[in-house]
Amino acid sequence: MTRSTAQTGAPPGSSAESTPTSLADHAPRPPVDVGHTHHESARPHPRRPKKTLRARVRRDWQMLVLMIPGALALLLFFYIPILGNVIAFQDYQPYYAITEAPFVGLSKFAELFQDDRFLLALRNTLIYAAFQLVLFFPLPILLALIVDSMMSQRLRKAFQSIVYLPHFLSWVLVIALFQQMLGGAGLINQAMVRSGLDPIPFMTNSDTFALLIVAEVAWKDAGWGMIIFLAALASIDQSLYESAASDGAGRFRRTWHITLPGMRPVIVLLLILNLGSILTVGFEQFILQRDAVGADTAEVLDTYSYYTGVIGGDWSIGAAAGLAKGVVGTILIVLANKIAHLLGEDGIYRGRPQ
Amino acid sequence: MEKPSLPLTIAKTFVITAISLAVVVPMLVVVSTSFASGAQIREAGGYVLFPTDPTLEAYRTIFASPLVFRSLGVSVFVTVVGTLLALFVTICMAYALSRPVLGGKFMLMAIILTLFFSPGLIPMFLMVKQLGLLNSIWSLILPGVFAGFNFIVMRSFFMGIPAELTEAARIDGASDFRILRTVVLPLSKAVIAVIGLFYAVGFWNAFFNAMLYINDQTLWPIQMILRSYVIQGTSLTADQLGVQQTPPPQSIKMAVVVVALAPIVLVYPFLQKYFSKGVITGAIKG
Repeated sequence: MTRSTAQTGAPPGSSAESTPTSLADHAPRPPVDVGHTHHESARPHPRRPKKTLRARVRRDWQMLVLMIPGALALLLFFYIPILGNVIAFQDYQPYYAITEAPFVGLSKFAELFQDDRFLLALRNTLIYAAFQLVLFFPLPILLALIVDSMMSQRLRKAFQSIVYLPHFLSWVLVIALFQQMLGGAGLINQAMVRSGLDPIPFMTNSDTFALLIVAEVAWKDAGWGMIIFLAALASIDQSLYESAASDGAGRFRRTWHITLPGMRPVIVLLLILNLGSILTVGFEQFILQRDAVGADTAEVLDTYSYYTGVIGGDWSIGAAAGLAKGVVGTILIVLANKIAHLLGEDGIYRGRPQ
Repeated sequence: MEKPSLPLTIAKTFVITAISLAVVVPMLVVVSTSFASGAQIREAGGYVLFPTDPTLEAYRTIFASPLVFRSLGVSVFVTVVGTLLALFVTICMAYALSRPVLGGKFMLMAIILTLFFSPGLIPMFLMVKQLGLLNSIWSLILPGVFAGFNFIVMRSFFMGIPAELTEAARIDGASDFRILRTVVLPLSKAVIAVIGLFYAVGFWNAFFNAMLYINDQTLWPIQMILRSYVIQGTSLTADQLGVQQTPPPQSIKMAVVVVALAPIVLVYPFLQKYFSKGVITGAIKG
C-alpha cells in the first residue's frame, strides 16, 4: 500500500512539512495554547532586556495601533454583548436603557424553567444532539478510513473534492436542495408516484425529523469533518503497520490496534468540542424548517430564544435562555476536558503548563 | 502490504460511488432543470436531467426582476466590502500578535475565548440595535469582520515566516508598518487568498444576520430570496419579476438556486488547494 503525506490535494511537501503547527509534527501536544504560548519561546527570537512600560509602549506603538481595529470588533461584537446578558436578570423592556431596567434577580430563570415551550425546546435540543452524536459523529471517521485505504491517488483526490464541496454551501441552499429532492413534489416522490407508490412526506414528517436533520448534516459536513482524521491517519508511523504485518496481524487487527489508537487523541478532542456545543444544534437548519414540520418539532433552544425575545418581545426571557445555554455549554466543555485528562488524553487545553 | 480482498474492494467502490452521486446529482438536477424549457418540465413532472432544448429564459426573467437583481447586488456588496474589511482587521491583528508584543497574551486569550462561548443572539440583536444598524446593510458586514478561527490560521502562518527576515528589515530601520507591508504581506499571498475566500464564502452564505437585522425587502441578500421563494414557496408577483410573460415557476426557482450556488462552485477550485495547509492548522489549534 502506498501512502503519501500530501492528503488533500496540496502539492507534495507543502502540507505537513511546511506547517510547523500541523498535527503531523507534534500530535500529542495540547492543540490550543491557552494562557501560555509555546510559540514565542519556541521561535528563535532575540531576547530583549526587560523594559519599562513607557519604553515598551514607545517600542510597540505601531503594533498597538495595528491591534485597534480587531480589538474594537471584539469589544463591539463579543464583549459588550456578553455584558448585555445582564438583561436576563432584569425586567428589561425596549424603552428602558439597559442601565435603568429594574433588577429582578433569578426570577426570569424561574419563569423560564416553568415555561412548557422552553422545556419542549430543551428536550428537542437534547434529542437532536443525541441523534447527531450517535449517528453523525462516527461518519467522518469511517469516511477517513475508507479514503485512507484508497489505492489510486487520482480517484482519491477527485472523491475528496466532491465530498468537501457541500460544506461551503449555505444552509438555505442545502435545505432548498433537500426539498427539491425529498420534498412532497420533489424528485424522489415524483418518481415514486410514477411507479405507482404512495409519496412519502420526508420533509414534513415530524416523526422522522431527527433522521432528516442528521441526513442534512451528514450531506453537508461529513466529508469536511474527515479532513482532520485524514491528517491524524497520515501521522501514524508506517513502520508500525509493517512490523504488525510481519508479526502476522491481519487487516482488521492492524486497524484495531494501530489505526484507531493513532486517531484517539483527535477523536477525543472532537468529542469534547461536540459536547461543548451539544446545546447548539444548527440554528439556521431548524429555523428554516420550522414552517414545514411545525414549531413543536423544530423548536430548539436557539429558536426559542429568537421567537421569545426578538419576535415575542420577552427580551429578558430570551436572553436568560441564551445565557443558560452558554453557561451549560461551557461547563460541559470543562467537564469533558477533565474526563479526557483522567483518561490520559490531552483534551483541548491543559490546566497548567507542563 | 497485501492487496485488499475482492469483496472489500467491491463494497468500498459501491460506497464511494453512492456518496459521490448523492452529492453531485441534486446539484446537477437543479442546474439542468433551470435550463429546461417549460414544456419539457411539465412533461417530466418538475425535474429534468437532460434538457433537450436548453433555454436561458429563466435567467433572463430573474435578472430582469428588480427584487432578485437588487438582492444579488446586496450580496455582492456585502461579500466584497465585508471580505476586504475582514482581511484588513484580521491581518493587522494577526501580525501584531505574531510577535511578543505588549498585552499580546491578554489579547490572545480574549480571542480564544470567542471560539468557545457566544454572547447569545438577544444581546447581539440589542447591540446591533444600539449601534443603529438595524435595517442597514452594515449589520450584515460589521459583526462578521473578525473571526477567531481565521485569525488563528493567519497568525500561525505569520509565525512561520523566518524571524531573520523581519529582524533584518528592522535593523535596516524599517518600522513595523513597513515590515508588514513590504516583507510579510508579499510572503503571505497564499494564506491571504484562502482566508479571504473563507470570509467571502461566509459573507455570501450569511442568512441568519439578514433574517435578524433586516426587515426591508429591498435590502435582502440572495439567501433571503432563496428562503422566501424556494423553501417557503412564496411566488414572485409579476411586479416583483418586472415582466409580463413568465417561464414556469419551477425553472425560475431552480435558476435562483443556481445563482446562489454558482459563485461558491466557481471559487471552490481555487480554494481547494489550500485546504490542508490552512484548515488543518486552524482546526488543530482552534
